[in-house]
Amino acid sequence: MTAEAEYPAVPVSVTVNGVKHDAAVEPRTLLVYFLREHLGLTGTHVGCDTSQCGACTVHLNGRAVKSCTILAAQANGAEVKTIEGLANGDVFHPVQEGFREKHGLQCGYCTPGMIMTAVHLLETNPNPSDEEIKHALEGNICRCTGYVNIVESVKWAAEKMRKQP
Amino acid sequence: MFPASFAYVAARSVEEALALMAKHGEDGKLLAGGHSLIPAMKLRLQSPRVLIDLGTVPELRGIKVDGGQLIIGALTVHADVAASDLVRKHVPGLADAASVIGDLQVRNRGTIGGSVAHADPAADLPVILTALNASFVVQSPSGNRTIAVDDFFTDFYTTALNANEILTEIRVPIPASGSGTAYAKLPHPASGYVVVSAGALITRQASGTCTSARIAIGGLGSGPIRAIPTEMELQGKPLTSQVIAAAAAKAAEETDPVEDAYASIEYKQHVASVYARKAIEAAVERAKS
Repeated sequence: MTAEAEYPAVPVSVTVNGVKHDAAVEPRTLLVYFLREHLGLTGTHVGCDTSQCGACTVHLNGRAVKSCTILAAQANGAEVKTIEGLANGDVFHPVQEGFREKHGLQCGYCTPGMIMTAVHLLETNPNPSDEEIKHALEGNICRCTGYVNIVESVKWAAEKMRKQP
Repeated sequence: MFPASFAYVAARSVEEALALMAKHGEDGKLLAGGHSLIPAMKLRLQSPRVLIDLGTVPELRGIKVDGGQLIIGALTVHADVAASDLVRKHVPGLADAASVIGDLQVRNRGTIGGSVAHADPAADLPVILTALNASFVVQSPSGNRTIAVDDFFTDFYTTALNANEILTEIRVPIPASGSGTAYAKLPHPASGYVVVSAGALITRQASGTCTSARIAIGGLGSGPIRAIPTEMELQGKPLTSQVIAAAAAKAAEETDPVEDAYASIEYKQHVASVYARKAIEAAVERAKS
């Protein structure tokens, strides 16, 4: 039996950043590779590839998840949001703005994942304490700057989001 | 990294998943949230030829109260257990444990049933579920059976589940009034896994006397260990800080941990008594309110 016959492609239908995509994928395709290689959305990064660093964080049905640890097949029927889907046209999301204003990044590699986790946090807890921000970002690792400015960035964004109608 | 090739089947019901398990035998593996299995497959520690996804079975999710028990569907994710009003009201110790598993993203995908069935010796939920005297409902082609937590974790990564069974529900008895529950954990600073942890269920009279106690310790063996000497030391005594400290000091008395790269035997046993004390004190505080 050929590999294709033994391990048939899986049909997946995923809405990514508001656009529906139908594809047939090899069953072992991880969501992050589906996003990057099939859809060309390379803003989502692969860091450790072992579920630890959080660079691959995206939203799956509104929740921050590590897309290196999810099969594309498991996202069938789901809504995915990536860093590319966060800004509204030319207007950055407040968390993106916060990272710029408070210098929350240096090399930028971890930033898309940091931002996606922070957005999920602020959607569930609009006024987090420093401790709550740190607890929420435990699964996102930065190897450049340390975390002080990242926490400041999230606080800046939280304040801006609370003031928005 | 990516796993070895496999075929993927989305089950639509527990019955269909059971039929697929029967069909594929040892080639098949159940997929819950995938946060232990997929990393193991990427490292090629596991190479199942057929993955049977339970994530597509909606009736396996959710939390309800029935017959004096909290009933949690096996596919309920840790974040939902941690945030559940029912869990926080009746067994806040379980919410404590669910809220410190892995990290936020892991808690959004990892499931209570997956964690329990995986039976990692450094996992959080087996410890608190042992303290809470939980039981596990499993389904096979011949029907359902219920396994008590004390009989469930049999060895490293090994449970009493048979190869033809699916864990469908975790049942937690709602503690009597005057009870408190808590979980305290020393996480490994890099991985977040348990170095040592403790879960406690304490029931007290209004006078402050302990009428029953169940204490479980994690990190000192192949799975959770009941701290029977600690439980016996608390039973019938006034729950003063001295009594709690003396009881917690016995938490590791019947354990036989192995030294590893992180911690010596002496350190683990000492920390077990420290975390047992923290868990008991927190449970007693909750029992008062």
